[in-house]
Amino acid sequence: MTENNHYAIEASRLNIYYGNFCAVRDVNLNIERNKITAIIGPSGCGKSTVLRAFNRMNDFILSSRVDGEIRYHGKNIYAPDVDAVQIRRMIGMVFQKPNPFPKTIYENVAWGARINGFRGNSDELVEETLRAAALWDEVKDDLKKSALALSGGQQQRLCIARALAVKPEIILMDEPCSALDPIATLKIEDLMRELAENYTIIIVTHNMQQAARASDFTAFFTMAEDRAGEMVEYGATKQIFTRPKDQRTEDYITGRFG
Amino acid sequence: MKSLPSTPSETSLDTELQLFLKRRHRNAKIWQIIFYASTLIAIVFLATLLITIANRSFGYVAIENRVDPDSLSTRPLEELNDAELAGIIREKLRPNRVKTIERAGALEQQGYNRLYEIVIEEIVQPEVIRSFTLLESVFRRSWVQQTIAAEYPGAEMEFRSWLNTRFLQVPMASQPELAGVRTAVLGSLFLILITISIAFPLGVGAAIYLEEYAVHESRINRFIQTNIDNLAGVPSIIYGILGLAVFVRAFSTFTSGAFFGVEGATTGRTMLSAGLTMALLILPILIINAQEAIRAVPNSLRQAAFGLGATKWQTVWYHVLPYAMPGILTGTILAVSRAIGETAPLIVVGASTFLVADPSGPFSNFTALPIQIYNWTTRPQDAFRNIAAAAILVLLISLLSLNAIAILLRNRFSKRI
Repeated sequence: MTENNHYAIEASRLNIYYGNFCAVRDVNLNIERNKITAIIGPSGCGKSTVLRAFNRMNDFILSSRVDGEIRYHGKNIYAPDVDAVQIRRMIGMVFQKPNPFPKTIYENVAWGARINGFRGNSDELVEETLRAAALWDEVKDDLKKSALALSGGQQQRLCIARALAVKPEIILMDEPCSALDPIATLKIEDLMRELAENYTIIIVTHNMQQAARASDFTAFFTMAEDRAGEMVEYGATKQIFTRPKDQRTEDYITGRFG
Repeated sequence: MKSLPSTPSETSLDTELQLFLKRRHRNAKIWQIIFYASTLIAIVFLATLLITIANRSFGYVAIENRVDPDSLSTRPLEELNDAELAGIIREKLRPNRVKTIERAGALEQQGYNRLYEIVIEEIVQPEVIRSFTLLESVFRRSWVQQTIAAEYPGAEMEFRSWLNTRFLQVPMASQPELAGVRTAVLGSLFLILITISIAFPLGVGAAIYLEEYAVHESRINRFIQTNIDNLAGVPSIIYGILGLAVFVRAFSTFTSGAFFGVEGATTGRTMLSAGLTMALLILPILIINAQEAIRAVPNSLRQAAFGLGATKWQTVWYHVLPYAMPGILTGTILAVSRAIGETAPLIVVGASTFLVADPSGPFSNFTALPIQIYNWTTRPQDAFRNIAAAAILVLLISLLSLNAIAILLRNRFSKRI
């Protein structure tokens, strides 16, 4: 075992291809446990691709191929004997657009746990999870109502609650606030802070203020000449935003990019 | 602020724009009229169809009795009791016939309705010698009366609805006045039941495989897909021939029921063969519709489920299928509507045209409403066309009520979301 307790995920020499196109090249990225790591960069630099590689959501894109290693608990999650379903159960995901199931709020939270073999008290689980997602007070009287009746911000927090209900270790967030207004965005950021005590969070964002406000570590991605994404710089968020080592990082965060 | 008076160039621009706008509006108007006209034409055709059917189903008839009911008894037949009716039957019918009837029990014990029926059917024997259409009956009543009085002096005039409860309750008979659609309606319902229970799971299963599991780019799946698309357009009689060759002949041991130890199983021309053939017929339509419905399920829903650690099957079963179910049911309604009106494949597979016994199971002989209608329209007697029209009404009503059930089901599914 080469497990380093410090890191939740270790990616080394990671290359991701779509067909012949190399979308991400040679990424080495170690995600700190119980911290919030932000991935920023221009559109098309492969940051979402990397995020989705962490819980094998790229498997559904038939032409995609992953080279290199992503180690989780010291084991490469792309090893042939690893079950992707198990990986996704431990590494949850929140998507760009809120996508609650077209069922009741209660069902949205309880379903994931149930299909993963949860046999305890669903009512308790739902309350506990919705409280953790800071949604309980708003929906406690409407648990039997359709999740689609909630506002966008509430739906996104419900999606976070849904992810929490299966008790993952890591939560991946793919631009979770891009469809939300500033107030709902702040709520989600506060929530992320609270969750970071128990979970490792990796967030992809286009919003640099968000990365600066909410994250502990920041990875900056950009595109190389041939459009392949690469990681330029990775470090503590404070350092990246105040004393970037790379000129390209500085250009991007100061808005002089492109 | 722009000044109001316009320069000459602006004016010409304005008129040019206005002319162009006028042309666009005129084009839109013309298309609107065309669409309006086509809708109107469709409505006219539909109305003509319904009027033609109703025209034949109801109307005045001239009836001639072989034996005058008044000669049988001093009082009207309706007022007689069981014993008196039994007396008339013993007196008027041949002893052998009475014996045959009494196999089911002594005459007096068979009940008033049955006895009355025997008296009417076997002694009075009313015969419709002329039937008039509904339009004639409503608008030219006096002409109908005069015609009957002049041409059929012994006949009685009566308004008849060929579609009545008796028509629904009795099986086929050789005289149009006595024939009904009971066997055909039961046969059609039975057939549809077999068809749905085979085609629905197969069709939905195939659609799930093709949409969720199959690799779209692979050559073999593209081949399967192309074949399904083409099969949806194959004429139904070809399915009939396929059913005849495969289900009736090749698999006759199974479709006749001999394999399952059914007594008297001789041919494969059974309800089961017909149901299987119909299932094949609607399968491609069902698959294509179900595929469309499954394709319309947003991908975000699948990703949400996968992101929680759901397996593919859990994702399909709990989210994709419920979401697609209203669409799948709509496709099933369309497919079943097609099946219920199909005639050609049933004729080829060997539908019986004269069946009086109710269908007893999947291995019984079968007939269906379209078969019965087709058969009646080819008969020479005029009155058969009246009952054919009535049977068409029955077919339309059963079709609409089946669809109504399916729509109710679909709405329940949509509401749950």
